[in-house]
Amino acid sequence: MIYSEKVMEHFQNPRNVGVIKEADGVGQVGNPVCGDMMTFYIKVRDNRLSDIKFQTFGCGAAIAVSSIVSEMAMGKTLDEAMEITNDRVADELGGLPKNKLHCSNLGADALHKAIEDYRAKTKAQQKEEPVEKPSEKRDEERCCCPYCEGPLEGIEAVCEKCHVELGECPECGELTNKAEEKCTHCGARMKK
Amino acid sequence: MAATPLHPEALKAMLLYFESRFGNPQSLHSAGQEASEAVAQARQKVAALIKANESEILFTSSGSETNNFAIKGLALANKNRGTHLVLSAIEHQSVLNSAKNLEKFGFRTTLAPVDQTGLVNPEDVQKSLTKETVLVSVMLANSEVGTIEPISEIAKVCRSQNILFHTDAVAAVGNIPVDAERLGVDALSLAGDQFYGPKGSAALYLKKGTRILPFIDGGIQEGGRRAGTENVAGIVGLGEAAEIAAKEMDSRLKKSMALRDKLLEALPQKIEYTILTGHREKRLPHHASFCVEFIEGEAMLLNLDMKGIAASSGSACTSRALKASHVLLAMGLDHATAQGSLVFSFLEENTPEDIDYLLEVFPPIVERLRQMSPLYTQYLEEKKR
Repeated sequence: MIYSEKVMEHFQNPRNVGVIKEADGVGQVGNPVCGDMMTFYIKVRDNRLSDIKFQTFGCGAAIAVSSIVSEMAMGKTLDEAMEITNDRVADELGGLPKNKLHCSNLGADALHKAIEDYRAKTKAQQKEEPVEKPSEKRDEERCCCPYCEGPLEGIEAVCEKCHVELGECPECGELTNKAEEKCTHCGARMKK
Repeated sequence: MAATPLHPEALKAMLLYFESRFGNPQSLHSAGQEASEAVAQARQKVAALIKANESEILFTSSGSETNNFAIKGLALANKNRGTHLVLSAIEHQSVLNSAKNLEKFGFRTTLAPVDQTGLVNPEDVQKSLTKETVLVSVMLANSEVGTIEPISEIAKVCRSQNILFHTDAVAAVGNIPVDAERLGVDALSLAGDQFYGPKGSAALYLKKGTRILPFIDGGIQEGGRRAGTENVAGIVGLGEAAEIAAKEMDSRLKKSMALRDKLLEALPQKIEYTILTGHREKRLPHHASFCVEFIEGEAMLLNLDMKGIAASSGSACTSRALKASHVLLAMGLDHATAQGSLVFSFLEENTPEDIDYLLEVFPPIVERLRQMSPLYTQYLEEKKR
């Protein structure tokens, strides 16, 4: 089995699946080009996450990550929830296969985006200004950094988001971390 | 495509060559000659399966090696005739990447498109040919979508212009009747693990008189074109599997086609928004493939595996490279749909009851994953994809 027991357990019995119709914040990340898409819905009461629901289109790891993120964040204050990092998510799941680590980033990102959405809305309400919607345009052909899921345009040398230096593997043509000795996709030695 | 288990008869024949008959076929002592005789017999059996001459069979170690051998060996040995290659867009990675590697040696490649059923149009191949074209390679059958290509028509196009033609028949040989001469190909790849032979056993059919660059330089094994001590047990197992496949071809075909047609018909009826991938009629007899919309392949595979069903997928998450299948994209499917790719292949041991079981356990899995999918919710709300 490529996944830990805990990943499989959350994959089979994901917690908090669903949609909150009157959500206080919504966050969506990913796109089908990269394989995974997640939407997080949150309810906020007294600055705490009183309810969280999610929907995920994606692999076993993506579903397990969404589930555990919702569990880790439930009842936490917004600031505490913003501190949930990708590493903590992967650790909590007993580790993820290397090429699935980007899934753990998606989960926390979607939650953080939902919180940011809530904060933007409440701020706008206080100022009684129209809500400025963050652009939700899904760019079909754009792909993401394989390490942090930050958007990439073409083949960039450095991912703007996680600052990993990326290079195209000379053998398989996939984007991979230049600092690695071997391509994470095909195992070929990277030319320095 | 899924590997097949080793046929018990093949295993029995192989064991002898791991145990008592361990001679090197190149040795002159009697143990060596015994092994040499076994290799010769296996060569005859593999040749018989594809109606070829035994001198036209070169043993190799895998389908991928065979494709590398064919593409690189034919292109480089005939470079004086031109440096342009034509491949179909849905070839196996071992063909595509061999051609990519040849770019370092001055070759360039044109990919011929496929239609939405995965079929290559011989006219498109013809249009891609230039004065520089030295080699064309189109697979006989695609392992992801099952489509069987019009190989003899494409071969005719190539022959009329004196261009070499190779077909990757790894998914086809042993599962459908293949006649190398009637297909009119110059080279053909086959692999034992696709028809109940052992892994590590494969062969290249090379038409008599065709020039090829040796793939492994060394001794005189395989006519000096693929040196190295023969994998005697593997070759013997491949020979046995070929002999059994030839003998049982008709009954296997009939049985697996019944299972395939049952599943192809019933699954889209049982599960809404399921698309058949590949050609409905021109397809491998033991192959059924679909795209289940709004959900992702790996999540389906994991769930099916827990129910004892082994399937495969061309979704990005399933591939280690995290890229959706180039085959499905070449057929014009969008990324989201391609992520829901699912491939079933049938073994001899499968029965109609197995299909019933699949049809029983699979719909709830799909339903559960769809309930989780933001794409499905979005579709239900907006009624558009």
